Amino acid sequence: MIMPVILWTDALIFLLAAVVVVFILYARSKPHIRAPWRRVFSGKVAAASVVILLAFVLVGLLDSMHFRLPLAANGDSGEIHYAGEVLSTLDVLVGPLRTQVEKTYSAPFATHLFSMETMEREDGSKVRDYPRLVYGASGLGVAVEGKTGDIFKRSLLAVVETLLASVLLLLIMSAWLGRRHGQPVVATAKTILQDALSIPWRTILLTLSLLILLLFLAINLAAAYHVLGTDKVGQDVFYLSLKSIRTGLVIGTLTTLIMLPFAIFTGILAGYARGWIDDVVQYVYTTLNSIPGVLLIAAAILMLQVFIANHADYFETTVERADIRLLFLCIILGITSWTGLCRLLRGEALKLREAEYIQAAVCFGVAHGKIITRHILPNVMHVVLITVVLDFSSLVLAEAVLSYVGVGVDPTMNSWGNMINGARLEMAREPVVWWSLLAAFLFMFVLVLAANLFSDAVRDAFDPRTRSR
Amino acid sequence: MFAYIVRRLAYAIPILVGINLLTFYLFFVVNSPDDMARMHLGMKRVTPEAIEKWKASHGYDKPLLVNTDAADIHKVTDTIFYEKSLKLFLFDFGSSDDGRDISFDIGQRMLPSLAIAVPSLIIGLLVNITFALLMAFFRGTYVDLSGVILCVVLMSVSAMFYIIGGQYLLAKTFRLVPISGFDSGLDAIKFIILPVVIGVVSGIGAGSRWYRTFFLEEAGKDYVRTARAKGLAESLVLFRHILRNALIPIVTGVVSLLPLLFMGSLLLESFFAVPGLGSYTIDGIRNQDFAIVRVMVFLGSVLYIIGLIMVDIAYTIVDPRIRLT
Repeated sequence: MIMPVILWTDALIFLLAAVVVVFILYARSKPHIRAPWRRVFSGKVAAASVVILLAFVLVGLLDSMHFRLPLAANGDSGEIHYAGEVLSTLDVLVGPLRTQVEKTYSAPFATHLFSMETMEREDGSKVRDYPRLVYGASGLGVAVEGKTGDIFKRSLLAVVETLLASVLLLLIMSAWLGRRHGQPVVATAKTILQDALSIPWRTILLTLSLLILLLFLAINLAAAYHVLGTDKVGQDVFYLSLKSIRTGLVIGTLTTLIMLPFAIFTGILAGYARGWIDDVVQYVYTTLNSIPGVLLIAAAILMLQVFIANHADYFETTVERADIRLLFLCIILGITSWTGLCRLLRGEALKLREAEYIQAAVCFGVAHGKIITRHILPNVMHVVLITVVLDFSSLVLAEAVLSYVGVGVDPTMNSWGNMINGARLEMAREPVVWWSLLAAFLFMFVLVLAANLFSDAVRDAFDPRTRSR
Repeated sequence: MFAYIVRRLAYAIPILVGINLLTFYLFFVVNSPDDMARMHLGMKRVTPEAIEKWKASHGYDKPLLVNTDAADIHKVTDTIFYEKSLKLFLFDFGSSDDGRDISFDIGQRMLPSLAIAVPSLIIGLLVNITFALLMAFFRGTYVDLSGVILCVVLMSVSAMFYIIGGQYLLAKTFRLVPISGFDSGLDAIKFIILPVVIGVVSGIGAGSRWYRTFFLEEAGKDYVRTARAKGLAESLVLFRHILRNALIPIVTGVVSLLPLLFMGSLLLESFFAVPGLGSYTIDGIRNQDFAIVRVMVFLGSVLYIIGLIMVDIAYTIVDPRIRLT
């Protein structure tokens, strides 16, 4: 039996996913909530970016199911010992990517190592040359012939597989949509391809096909090559980039999840109650806001490092230690970003409490708690949503900077910041080791761009000021 | 006006006290000086004597808040809180954990920080306003749309890649400027160019998109319609009416940043090995020098609060409708 390991961030991520699912189920029957969301999804750019974001989320969720494998039972005790290494579902799915470790750097699709080594020939003489990779391009044999042909063949296969999968997807999509609208499958497929629906299903289909193409390319090529090269200790960069997705998502989402209840509570309370409560809340957020964010984070993380170093026995595995640090980083980032939302909500609540329907509720003798939950909270949710979505991309970007400064995630944790940090110094090499940087850049860029485009659509759909224009 | 400033300064005091208490709590209560000593001396095999010696040499060997051993006034003054935290209010920063005078270092490093930050701010402001004006002028057309898309794309690139890419392209491949370093006097110019260029470019995306919204907001107002109805040329409307009114939020936003320029840019300075306050802070963090981090937290907060007060004053200057009472 495997031993499941539930890390703190895993639990929170799945809690967040559950909240989102519950919200979707709830919103399905509420036309006034569905309307702005329909507006979000009616944009082609927004629909495409949602698909891409969901792909990232899928990888992140797969990477959030952790467990430890049992070691071979030793003798008669019957007690099962577990490996110290914590794996995730993603590790199992990508299989050999994780274990096929070369000696050191190798370029994407390389057949030989990046650096020369002195090797001994069979006849005893020594020669200085680039050693053959153990796993990279292993299908081609020692002679390394026909690499271009092999890559071409594998890519072509991926394209064919993608085409088949896309047609299948189109059929499923039209069957599903057709059943909803009571139309035959073929007619629905036609309307999808003509892009004549209120939600741009064609764009969604195309984006999905693109993702499927990337998936098949990865499956076909990564099985035989290191598609994005290997890093200093020979790990596959593609695998590292995939693993980093979870870190980026955790920082982008959990930070807001952690600070959200607190910010909503204090912000609305300050604006609604006014008086000394308002003064105290304002004092707290002005004080926290005055400290430059990076420095507050640095101070807090330094303190955490001292704590971890002095209490090393609290943590069973290095993964758990890194996870606590990640969670703590989210909390600290939450504390620094809490102030902005709190101030916005305070302003909204100040405005709303003078609104006529609230005055009416007060006159009817509705309790304050009820007024806040029934009347104020639903009317400030668009502010909360816009802030959450807007913060996501800046948090993902902040992770890289913080890791560079040395107060980001644990150095043993896979993250784009750590990848950049490790590769940065290799820029001085000749020829340059560029692939780690490129991989981190591509993954981060796609995620942040999709998030930015999505947040723009959300803001346009939910912000009453932009709607009227 | 004068009374207002005095009152705002008085408001700043409780905030600074709060920050001071927070940092004191973080640095001395969450982790005792013993922990810090152990951290610095290496973890496992540290003798209690070594810890005591480290604490004594760094002035951490006193009680936290109340010294019961000392006589009268020294009960309060001969403590870590007084020595390390209260003295910050007098801008007496003491010495860093490796024994250097922090005030002296800060004085030395202020100029290089400003040499990078001031040109980046001015040029960045001009560039951003120009782009934003262009997009506002062509609003609703493909120029505007592609400009906004370009802004979003530029925003989605991490600042680290601008720096690394700039260093690689301009300094390494084309050898236009040195990769990193700094020099005194006018020789510094060739070292300043690249950080400034990168600082400007990395800010274009967010900056011009943000300014564009200011311009568009003004462009939708009644007085602009009136100006057009009078038959004013679109460029005149743009420069004489929209630009001048949209400058109010832009200028006040910039003013709030001015004091923080002294703190320098963490990333730029550390990548380009500029001996400014930003790299000083990063070095402090990396070497786990608690004294430096504490001082920079305090200094940054003071500058931030000064910035807030300056914004209020700037508002009265650029917008005569606002009166401070």
